Amino acid sequence: MSDPVERIAVSTDQDVVRVRQLVRTIAVSAKLSLVDQTKLVTAASELARNTLVYGGGGTVEVTRVDNGRRQGIRIVFADQGPGIADLDLALTDGYTTGGGLGLGLSGARRLVDEFDIETAVGQGTSITVTKWCR
Amino acid sequence: MALEPDEASRLAALLEDKQEELVGAWTDRVAQSLRGRLSRAELQRQTTELRKGFQSALAGGATDLTQEAAAELRAQLSDLSTGRARQGFSATETAVSLFALKEALLGVLDGGDAGNLREYVAFSEFVDAAALFTFDTYVHVRESLIADQAEQLLELSTPVVKLWDGVVAVPLVGTLDSARAQVVMERLLQTLVDTGSPYAIIDITGVPAVDTQVAQHILKTVVAARLMGADCIISGIRPQIAQTIVALGIEFGDIATKASLADALRYALNKTRTRES
Ligand SMILES: Nc1ncnc2c1ncn2[C@@H]1O[C@H](COP(=O)(O)OP(=O)(O)OP(=O)(O)O)[C@@H](O)[C@H]1O
Ligand SMILES: [Mg+2]
Repeated sequence: MSDPVERIAVSTDQDVVRVRQLVRTIAVSAKLSLVDQTKLVTAASELARNTLVYGGGGTVEVTRVDNGRRQGIRIVFADQGPGIADLDLALTDGYTTGGGLGLGLSGARRLVDEFDIETAVGQGTSITVTKWCR
Repeated sequence: MALEPDEASRLAALLEDKQEELVGAWTDRVAQSLRGRLSRAELQRQTTELRKGFQSALAGGATDLTQEAAAELRAQLSDLSTGRARQGFSATETAVSLFALKEALLGVLDGGDAGNLREYVAFSEFVDAAALFTFDTYVHVRESLIADQAEQLLELSTPVVKLWDGVVAVPLVGTLDSARAQVVMERLLQTLVDTGSPYAIIDITGVPAVDTQVAQHILKTVVAARLMGADCIISGIRPQIAQTIVALGIEFGDIATKASLADALRYALNKTRTRES
């Protein structure tokens, strides 16, 4: 099964809102439970905002996936910003360089089933998350 | 097939020589397509101005709408499009007003020799580019109109109400972005001052997702209210929101939270009573 990839370029706050709406729509059509919909939308909101604020903008791609046993939703957040020098530190609850709560990255990881970061200083960051239907 | 410089100057001459006929026929066609929604006098004024614009662009040597010689014409086109967008005409209706120039021109071209035809096709392309240009402007203008309206809606959609003597409430609905959160916070604090209320209820029943940004806005509002001597209660935390907040790791600390607005009100009233006695 190869579902089309929905892609949103993120360069303004309004785009973050569009990401949330798109993820919500796809989560509903994939029949995620209300709790899982809310978790995924919230994680997407966090990561898209990081893409905007720290990555200097980037792209978000949403796809329906199927691993043979279950259906799910995969989202990739990619930017060509400064990258994350110390990933462990960035993933620590409460760590922020932008005056936030410092919970976006670490919290988003807890809200999804699979969480994968690729980052290189000076090259950018790409985060892939997946949520499976129960 | 783009315009050649000599074609451009011949067309400029044609637009000059046949101006009355052309403007008349053009205005007729536009009037027909808009079916009386703009007065003929108004349309005539527009086509007259535009004819001048096309003529001077071509006379100035423009063979393409993007050239410097067509700058004035582009400005006219975007004015036209802006006006139409504000008046509620569709983008197609605006573009059709330009396409009508082609038909009008066909009427004043004499004979059907090959040179004329070539010129006509090239000029058509120029007019098509102008029509597309109005389309772009139109979309731009509509977008900014929508943004303006959204801003007005934002003002309207954050009512702070006095729920009871000493208790004000703000029901949050929809996406709480930074701009809106700022408005909400200011309104709430002002209402606390105006009413001298010791309690404020922030109801989030209508918020689809509470992320760290929303949470931070709420937390800041609560702290600011506290500095003014008022206590905030957060109500309307639905199960899916509660679970998400917990997983994110957000802590509301010692802030009172209630499942419903009614619970929050009851809680506030109880507190007021114990305060008074
Ligand atoms: N895409 C990114 N590119 C570069 N640095 C990033 C990126 N995403 C996160 N970071 C870094 O990781 C830190 C932690 O991110 P996290 O989302 O957890 O917190 P925050 O955005 O600062 O605050 P919050 O999300 O709670 O509002 C950020 O402050 C930033 O320094
Ligand atoms: Mg963040």
